[in-house]
Amino acid sequence: MSDLLTFHFDVDGDDFTSAGQASVQIKKNLRQLGIAPDTIRRVSIAMYEGEINMVIHAGGGEADVTVSETYIEIVLKDQGPGIANIEQAMQEGFSTAPDAIRSLGFGAGMGLPNMKRYTDYMNIESEVGVGTTITMRVNI
Amino acid sequence: MNNYEHSVYLDVQKCIGCTTCLRHCPTQAIRIKDGHAVINERRCIDCGECIKICPKKAKKAVCNKLQDMDGFKWKIALPAPTLYGQFENMDDVDYILDGLLKIGFDDVFEVSTAAELVSAYTRIYLKRKDIKKPVISSACPVVLRLICLRFPSLTDNIIPMLPPMEIAAMMARDKAKAEHPELSDEDIGVCFISPCPAKASYVKNGFGSYKSRVDKVISISDIYFQLINAMEHTDNIKSLSKSGMIGIGWASSGGEATALFNDAYLAADGIDNVNRVLDQIENDNIPPLEYIELNACTGGCVGGVLTMQNPFIAKAKLQTLRRYLPVSQNFIPKEQEGEVPADYFFSEMPTYYPISRLSASMSESMRMMSEIQTLRKELPGIDCGACGAPTCQAFAEDVVKGNANLSDCTIMYRSQLLEYLSSKDDTSDGK
Ligand SMILES: Nc1ncnc2c1ncn2[C@@H]1O[C@H](COP(=O)(O)OP(=O)(O)OP(=O)(O)O)[C@@H](O)[C@H]1O
Ligand code: SF4
Ligand code: SF4
Ligand SMILES: [Mg+2]
Repeated sequence: MSDLLTFHFDVDGDDFTSAGQASVQIKKNLRQLGIAPDTIRRVSIAMYEGEINMVIHAGGGEADVTVSETYIEIVLKDQGPGIANIEQAMQEGFSTAPDAIRSLGFGAGMGLPNMKRYTDYMNIESEVGVGTTITMRVNI
Repeated sequence: MNNYEHSVYLDVQKCIGCTTCLRHCPTQAIRIKDGHAVINERRCIDCGECIKICPKKAKKAVCNKLQDMDGFKWKIALPAPTLYGQFENMDDVDYILDGLLKIGFDDVFEVSTAAELVSAYTRIYLKRKDIKKPVISSACPVVLRLICLRFPSLTDNIIPMLPPMEIAAMMARDKAKAEHPELSDEDIGVCFISPCPAKASYVKNGFGSYKSRVDKVISISDIYFQLINAMEHTDNIKSLSKSGMIGIGWASSGGEATALFNDAYLAADGIDNVNRVLDQIENDNIPPLEYIELNACTGGCVGGVLTMQNPFIAKAKLQTLRRYLPVSQNFIPKEQEGEVPADYFFSEMPTYYPISRLSASMSESMRMMSEIQTLRKELPGIDCGACGAPTCQAFAEDVVKGNANLSDCTIMYRSQLLEYLSSKDDTSDGK
């Protein structure tokens, strides 16, 4: 047995009302592990933004969180449309969110920039028509 | 916070161990052990949800009785504005205040008058540049405790200003001493007339190192009939009430926030909504807001478990009562308009108390959590409650923490038993 803990979540793309549940759950788990409050906050924000993106832009996906004694890693994987221009997507304010979603308060184009800001490492792999995988790490 | 004295307790005689309350406790503080409910004191936030839901009325609140005031020479009643919404055909608060004097109090000091000052000072406080936004109200003690137990990163969003009940107690004492210089501090007894058990716990425990200035807490439901009998609808009633619309508005959800004359607020009520809003604030997923009013009870304090009226009816009654009142009847002195006086603040804010932590060591916590994950997969996952825990996940945690036995799960027990019997069969076959 390795001493890594893993958590897996299916992020349902059809049920917008349940979006954000995985990040609430991971927050509970990290509290049980005694992780520092500020670290928990950073992880849960990054996770939340990524989870919402998968629901809004990619029709759902999967989230895997790995906890070691020195870092927390979040991998978000979807089979959505992919991101054609990652550099552009990373810019604050860039968004392709549809109007219906904007009226709910999303679509400010702040999700990806926030994920970058709150984590120590972030990598986006994306292919148009195939999907997107985002890996983030927060050091403990 | 470790030795927190609670006001919600269980009457073991009445509890039949039906498991109804298990699922309704927002902090999963309840387990069924030896046929009856047991409350985990470290987790309980005194929200009163279990009192509301128990079909056997086995969950109760400990509050003071009117006789507990007997030891004081000068007895002051501090009615919560919620009290005003509990009566039929009530068009003047003075009848209620006069009733309180008739049942034995020497003076009354309305919490709603202090609430108007708290509103005024909060408007000033929000202009400060050095504070963390959104500012979260400190009025609901259940919310305060919930934040300290579950939302560590939000403890410094709580407004460090004392809630209206405390300001009222402070002002009531000063008034008594000014009018009756012969009274000593010990002679004066301040009694809050409360809509909920959480206020009683708050008075017993204080907040951080702050000690409450309220001496006793009596529930609205406890003095209700005595008060009704004492209330007289006569014409020559003394004019006692000094509350305006704002002060009385504090009794229901939204009243506190709207009194800030600031559009950037949110008011949420009901413990589930409160939990969700706090989660969202922690995720930075709210529009830029100045102020967050949170009430654990549905509808605000009018939804408190120790009240007599349905919260929505109480709210409607309060609206009628407020209709012809001035917006506010309490104003801060001109010379103080720039800043909030020092005695309006808590002496110290409490800090995060990590109740859910599995172990003090991270590697041990990780080992335990992986054990919990493995065990959770073996459990049936139907959250039946028969083991005495609210969910299979909670049961797995209890077992790994050593607080429950795997055989408490009837389904696991059955399969263990079958396994055992078949192994028995094997040996007897071999004979
Ligand atoms: N998983 C994804 N699959 C496909 N496209 C994505 C994905 N995540 C983000 N994008 C694209 O990147 C853009 C920027 O994402 P970002 O999260 O920063 O903003 P947003 O989701 O549009 O708005 P906000 O997060 O502020 O609500 C999105 O509008 C979308 O076009
Ligand atoms: S609801 Fe809870 S306290 Fe009431 S009888 Fe059932 S188990 Fe006992
Ligand atoms: S008062 Fe609230 S927190 Fe305490 S045991 Fe009852 S439901 Fe749970
Ligand atoms: Mg986004």
